[in-house]
Amino acid sequence: MDTKRTVFPSQGLPYLLVAPQIIITLIFFIWPAGQAVKSSFEREDPFGLATSFVGLSHYVRLFQDPAYLASIGRTAVFALAVTVISMGLALILAVAVNRLIRSATTYSTLLLWPYAVSPVVAGILWWFLFNSSTGILPYMLSFFGVDWNHQLNGTHAMILIIVAASWKQISYNFLFFLAGMQSVPQSLNEAAAIDGAGPFKRFWTIVFPLLSPTTFFLLIVNLNYTMFDTFGVIDATTTGGPNQATNILVYKVYTDGYIGLNLGSSSAQSVILMLFVIALTVIQFRYVERRVQY
Amino acid sequence: MASIDIKGVRKVYPGNVKAIHALDLSIEDGEMVVLVGPSGCGKSTLLRMIAGLETITDGTISIGSDVVNRKEPAERDIAMVFQNYALYPHMSVRQNLEYGLKNRGTPRDEIDRRVTEAARILEITPFLERKPRQLSGGQRQRVAMGRAIVRQPKAFLFDEPLSNLDAKLRGQMRIEIRRLQRNLKTTSVYVTHDQLEAMTLADRLVVMNGGRIEQVGKPIDLYDRPASLFVAGFIGSPPMNLIPVEQLRALAGAAMPVLPEGTDILGIRPDGIMVGGSGGIPLSGVVELIEPVGGESHLYVRVEGIDQVLILVLQGRAEVAETERVDFVLPVAALHGFNRESGKRVE
Ligand SMILES: Nc1ncnc2c1ncn2[C@@H]1O[C@H](COP(=O)(O)OP(=O)(O)O)[C@@H](O)[C@H]1O
Ligand SMILES: [Mg+2]
Repeated sequence: MDTKRTVFPSQGLPYLLVAPQIIITLIFFIWPAGQAVKSSFEREDPFGLATSFVGLSHYVRLFQDPAYLASIGRTAVFALAVTVISMGLALILAVAVNRLIRSATTYSTLLLWPYAVSPVVAGILWWFLFNSSTGILPYMLSFFGVDWNHQLNGTHAMILIIVAASWKQISYNFLFFLAGMQSVPQSLNEAAAIDGAGPFKRFWTIVFPLLSPTTFFLLIVNLNYTMFDTFGVIDATTTGGPNQATNILVYKVYTDGYIGLNLGSSSAQSVILMLFVIALTVIQFRYVERRVQY
Repeated sequence: MASIDIKGVRKVYPGNVKAIHALDLSIEDGEMVVLVGPSGCGKSTLLRMIAGLETITDGTISIGSDVVNRKEPAERDIAMVFQNYALYPHMSVRQNLEYGLKNRGTPRDEIDRRVTEAARILEITPFLERKPRQLSGGQRQRVAMGRAIVRQPKAFLFDEPLSNLDAKLRGQMRIEIRRLQRNLKTTSVYVTHDQLEAMTLADRLVVMNGGRIEQVGKPIDLYDRPASLFVAGFIGSPPMNLIPVEQLRALAGAAMPVLPEGTDILGIRPDGIMVGGSGGIPLSGVVELIEPVGGESHLYVRVEGIDQVLILVLQGRAEVAETERVDFVLPVAALHGFNRESGKRVE
């Protein structure tokens, strides 16, 4: 394949052009990350006047803390639920839109809107819909004998954040699934139809396997999203409550650090999260390109 | 195996695109019919209607004794070979061959027997466990053929299956398809825009133009007696020379033969023109270009008196050189008469 090479008149210009990006990354990402790693090994006195090196003790204590372990469990439930629900619904929508001939673009555009809504606004939106005294959904649920109250009921609160987080993510997944499906040649479907496979069988034996690179990519992206990008949704709806029921890892970093003022422990938690995101990214780069090919 | 009967079939695509105009065609059991015509003339549309991949706007298509208009592709018991092969990229060659049989609930030992047999015939046994992307173009083409023959369908449908191959491979595969079809005696409809492929493969040739059939017949009959100007120009390479009668009459004088009523264009095949010789319409011209093609040479000659270039095919090496003058005759027996207005042959 041809690679385009641009020749710059001066040696320094390319470096100058990438400098803003590098500086922003250094100031807003690398430096704070370094600070977090550093303070995860330190203890600070209550007035912030003296710090002492404590080694791995924050980490050790974290993994002995039942509250932290419970938060890991909740995060797993939340991440898996959001990933499965948002990818599943997105896939169904993509199949439906892919069958349309004329109005496909209209539907695609409409289905993209939720993605443009910020996490906080999405959270508030669902908080209103699920509001136990004024929301429409609790009113409808009451006909099925459900007494909805996410301010008191931990399961209800978890469902609320799952719904709010999934809703936003469906758009993104939908777009990728639709693009993936549209790149499956029509003649494969036709060949399979002639080979005696009905629509359902064609989807599961031809289209879905060919979507596997997209599916894998989305799996990683969605896990990443639910574990690190859902702070806004939770902060706007449940703030981790009731009684810690929705206090997932990323939110706990904040509550322990800024509210509990336990900066050492909070830093250790964010370092663990950071390692996790790095691991997911490595998997994505190593395998998305190679193994999930056909 | 079965015959295919097409009666009054029309196809109108959304947006009032009329792709096929009331078309009738009967394909006999075991016959290989080739649909040929320029791009966009409706060949694929007709084939896809037979396959069940396009709805039939009007008319009926029968395979065997059943009208199949309302049947799904799977129920028509046909197999199709696509231009891009349409192999399932995530399945091995073996799985590609098995797919259609499995979907129909064929017993395991029968599947194995048929796959082994098809692989042997097409010489793809060594690649059975490979994925399509690990095969060359020619090998993929064979797998696509294999997927059709394992099914032992009532008919094979081919949509330009050789277009993606290089010239040499195309020639080889053409012969193999012909041989395979002769051995299996499965009714086949083959679509191509390549007239050479069409001539060599067809038991019967169907020349299409603008959604209509121009002429149906044995390839050699179409070559010898094209029914229209379109067929005359489309079948044969280099194409038939077409000369307006008035211009020729002015040049030929007394040598001009008596023509049937309504003849205003005369056609002559490039190999029908005789250099030197006598007994016909004598003409002369200047050689503008010579294409030596090996066993024969193609001469482009600008005729004196009428401003037109004729193509001549000479056996062996040309005795004349470019820019030289050459005398030749158009033998009366080799002339084809056409009417300009109707575009039809005049007898
Ligand atoms: N899906 C379609 N929708 C609208 N018009 C079509 C469609 N498919 C083919 N056509 C039109 O029908 C005519 C015949 O097409 P086609 O059968 O593909 O020609 P060929 O195979 O002979 O090149 C063309 O004018 C083409 O533009
Ligand atoms: Mg075509």
